[in-house]
Amino acid sequence: MATLWRRRERLLGVSGRLCRTVRALSGKNEYDLLVIGGGSGGLACAKEAAQFGRKVAVLDYVEPSPQGTKWGLGGTCVNVGCIPKKLMHQAALLGSALKDAQHYGWNIAQPVHHTWSVMAQAVQNYVKSLNWGHRVQLQDKKVKYFNMKGSFSDPHTIRGLTKGGKETIVTAENIVIATGGRPKYPTHIAGALAYGITSDDLFWLKESPGKTLVVGASYVSLECAGFLTGIGLDTTVMMRSIPLRGFDQQMASLVTEHMECYGTKFLKRCFPTKVEKLESNKLQVTWKNTDLGTEETDCFDTVMWAVGRAPDVKTLNLDAVGVKTNSETGKIIVDASEATSVPHIYAIGDITEGRPELTPTAIAAGKLLARRLFGQSSELMDYDNVPTTVFTPLEYGCVGLSEEAAVQCYGSDNIEMVCLREREQRILGLHFIGPNAGEVIQGFALGIKCGATYPQLMKTVGIHPTCAEEITKLHITKRSGLDATVTGC
Amino acid sequence: TTLMKEKLVVFLAGLQYIAVQIINTSGCFKSFLLANCSIMYLFLLFLADGPSIQQVLVELTNQRTVPNVFVNGTHIGGCDATYQAYHDGSLQKLLGDSKDAETYDYDLIIIGGGSGGLACSKEAAGFGKKVLVLDYVVPTPLGTSWGLGGTCVNVGCIPKKLMHQAALLGQALQDSRKYGWQYEEQVKHNWETMVEAIQNYIGSLNWGYRVSLREKSVTYLNSYGEFVEPHKIKATNRKGQVTYHTAETFVLATGERPRYPGIPGDKEYCITSDDLFSLPYCPGKTLVVGASYVALECAGFLAGLGMDVTVMVRSILLRGFDQEMAERIGAYMETHGVKFIKKFVPVQVEQLEEGMPGRLKVTAKSTGGEPEIFEEEYNTVLLAIGRDACTRNIGLETIGVKINEKNGKVPVNDEEQTNVPYVYAIGDILEGKLELTPVAIQAGKLLSKYEFLFTPLEYGSCGLSEEKAIEGYGKQNLEVYHSLFWPLEWTVAGRDNNTCYGKIICNKHDNNRVIGFHVLGPNAGEVTQGFAAAIKCGLTKELLDETIGIHPTCAEVR
Repeated sequence: MATLWRRRERLLGVSGRLCRTVRALSGKNEYDLLVIGGGSGGLACAKEAAQFGRKVAVLDYVEPSPQGTKWGLGGTCVNVGCIPKKLMHQAALLGSALKDAQHYGWNIAQPVHHTWSVMAQAVQNYVKSLNWGHRVQLQDKKVKYFNMKGSFSDPHTIRGLTKGGKETIVTAENIVIATGGRPKYPTHIAGALAYGITSDDLFWLKESPGKTLVVGASYVSLECAGFLTGIGLDTTVMMRSIPLRGFDQQMASLVTEHMECYGTKFLKRCFPTKVEKLESNKLQVTWKNTDLGTEETDCFDTVMWAVGRAPDVKTLNLDAVGVKTNSETGKIIVDASEATSVPHIYAIGDITEGRPELTPTAIAAGKLLARRLFGQSSELMDYDNVPTTVFTPLEYGCVGLSEEAAVQCYGSDNIEMVCLREREQRILGLHFIGPNAGEVIQGFALGIKCGATYPQLMKTVGIHPTCAEEITKLHITKRSGLDATVTGC
Repeated sequence: TTLMKEKLVVFLAGLQYIAVQIINTSGCFKSFLLANCSIMYLFLLFLADGPSIQQVLVELTNQRTVPNVFVNGTHIGGCDATYQAYHDGSLQKLLGDSKDAETYDYDLIIIGGGSGGLACSKEAAGFGKKVLVLDYVVPTPLGTSWGLGGTCVNVGCIPKKLMHQAALLGQALQDSRKYGWQYEEQVKHNWETMVEAIQNYIGSLNWGYRVSLREKSVTYLNSYGEFVEPHKIKATNRKGQVTYHTAETFVLATGERPRYPGIPGDKEYCITSDDLFSLPYCPGKTLVVGASYVALECAGFLAGLGMDVTVMVRSILLRGFDQEMAERIGAYMETHGVKFIKKFVPVQVEQLEEGMPGRLKVTAKSTGGEPEIFEEEYNTVLLAIGRDACTRNIGLETIGVKINEKNGKVPVNDEEQTNVPYVYAIGDILEGKLELTPVAIQAGKLLSKYEFLFTPLEYGSCGLSEEKAIEGYGKQNLEVYHSLFWPLEWTVAGRDNNTCYGKIICNKHDNNRVIGFHVLGPNAGEVTQGFAAAIKCGLTKELLDETIGIHPTCAEVR
């Protein structure tokens, strides 16, 4: 199947090039590549394409959240995802370190308390430095950046709109859609949209969220609840069914059990029915307890929805050009070469159907796509055995299949491996719970890919953000004499 | 021919003997017979009808020479053949198969209750063997001693990692303010609190080991073991009471202890890592002598706990390690307040004032160029110049176990067997395999070997150092990939940008196979762990199991 696709691509490539010459002569297409969405995947793709001397542009525009939060260039990961999340997780870990330190002989005068605004300021300053870093990198690589919202007007033409409503028309030979996803709000719960926030807002809050209810059982929910608890806030997680659906369930319950010991409250098998604002400015949440069949209420300072994420496709006007999406998820359907139903239009990252919603996969997919388009490469992205880590108070790292998915298993205590019995016990999945889980899993993921030649090392997708991922990103040879300093995210 | 039914029959020159009792032996058989006197009943009996027996022997064995040896009626051959049978163990087997083999007190006696010895004893007991473990800690010159478990648990990895953790927590305290934590400005470290906590933890481990030995029915004696004759050991306890124990097999696992340089004042006033981890008082201004990993790790955490620390180095840091990484570790430590005095060795330590800690005056001289003298006062001098195997005072010469006279280490074959077949050796006292030849390097023999240091900036490596790789493959055949990085958590804390570093060394002519992996940074152990597994590769479960864990980290995957 893959070879068929590749052959098709090559043929298209040839005709595409001819086509480009004609258009270039007629002055029709300004750019070889236009990327819509300046997140991890889009920026990686754009910079890689520019390396091949192509004319590249990136459109990025952040639609403010319903609560009015917005941010700079870099997408979810940098602004409202991995980076601020891991930093706040670190703040929580340092809280534990403060307690530990006393056992190790450090005399710390009580009381110890946490000030949200100091942490938020530090995190936000760092994120802003990354936004700036991305701008500078685009400039260095001669990638044109438009702070505009893009929508298709024809298969090679994008209409960009600035915040002020100014319109710019951009034409390109190849277009990559990488607009990512945004947190969902529940549609049927009164007051949800008016009073609730999402992870898009949490990391940019200037003041402490106070007593917080986090609704949802996703990793976003558990991670946020984890660090909020860790910095001393009264935090409750409400979930309707199982935590971390899709992850290994034995590990998922270890994670939640640890969180309970750590002080996070759980309202299991409960779902909210309404949110009201009281005169005291507190939010009163009413929910159904499906175990008892009762209705319960409590008051919170903040209600955060972490009930899933949805792609950001509405404004793209995909129907106009015939890019097919999955009607249920709204995500764009792509083939193994990231091509959509329209051959010169591609999609990468969270917006694509059936792909993991992870920064490193988007980056790798974006780079490989650029190489196939402009670098005479035929290498496809390998989406198997992608490692990931959930930064709950007790970190959970995994790669490969969950136990449920693998059936045959081997395991003990906190580390377990899902292996195949036959064929020399090949490892199908590896799950680890404990501090620095990300660092731990990283190398093993490489092992699973195996053979460990340099090409394989490069193919191993990094766990983001850990130190170990730096190793999988090694590309500067000593021989080259280039600066080995890492910039950006 | 009836003679052949005796257990051991030896026909010697001209005269024929059968074994009756050990009376005498002569010639080439002497040492052999003596070495085995406890497994063989040797009877020597004069026989009158020499020539006729000789006739029969020639018919039976086609051998005219003497000695001519039979065991339980099986013909072994002459002197060489008997030695051969003795060395490959077939002689012992033949002798042992007979009903009346001598019985020993134990199947196995292990001298040394460290990580290796304990693991070995429990494993053997698991097979239903009768096992005795002798463990005795000879107190340091300053009187420090400890419980069961050996170096790692008492004066090695465990307390070291805990003190390293204490130092990291000191760093975390500084970071935490940047992350919004607020508390009173003045934070002081209390050495006594830390040592007490660590010693309590170690005490629980010591106890745990005793319990697990008892559960496995392994006999444990807190006595000093010493060979007095083959298969027999003399055990002396703290009160000087002596007992004797015999066993069929012995395992030497006595480990190593820190070396003293032999300068005036070293044993009287200096401490070693054996003393540091239970030191009842804060060491204060400290001079660490040596460039070993022990020296750098101790210097690192002492500085991290707020001590004024100086490291005195004879020549280069971390000999045998990748030198670029060693330099980076040194540089990082310098930026974090550790002072280095290079190319100096101490020649004398004098006490200026007694106390806890007291005041010492150290005199050192330069090792190269113009002779220079350096003098300075310290509260504590920590010697970390190397370690010696504890093999010289356990009676090895009595039973003929060879050691390397230079370093005291015990050479063994691939099965950990010493030159005396019933004596095995494990752990730190093993003679290192020969210095790697380029051929051995090429064969990738070292790829599973990895190392890990708890220096302030942790260092993990797997496979070859850049120097060894160049030696083995030639520079032109290698590609070295490297990167400096800034851990995310350090960014907000605003410290140490571009000090963390990763490097991999690849063989260009073998599909860029990774032959060396080096990383400097937080949790280097965790990072290296998986990569080591991956480098071993083809990664089957079996291979993963073969990978030895980095001790002690979370990534110690069993």
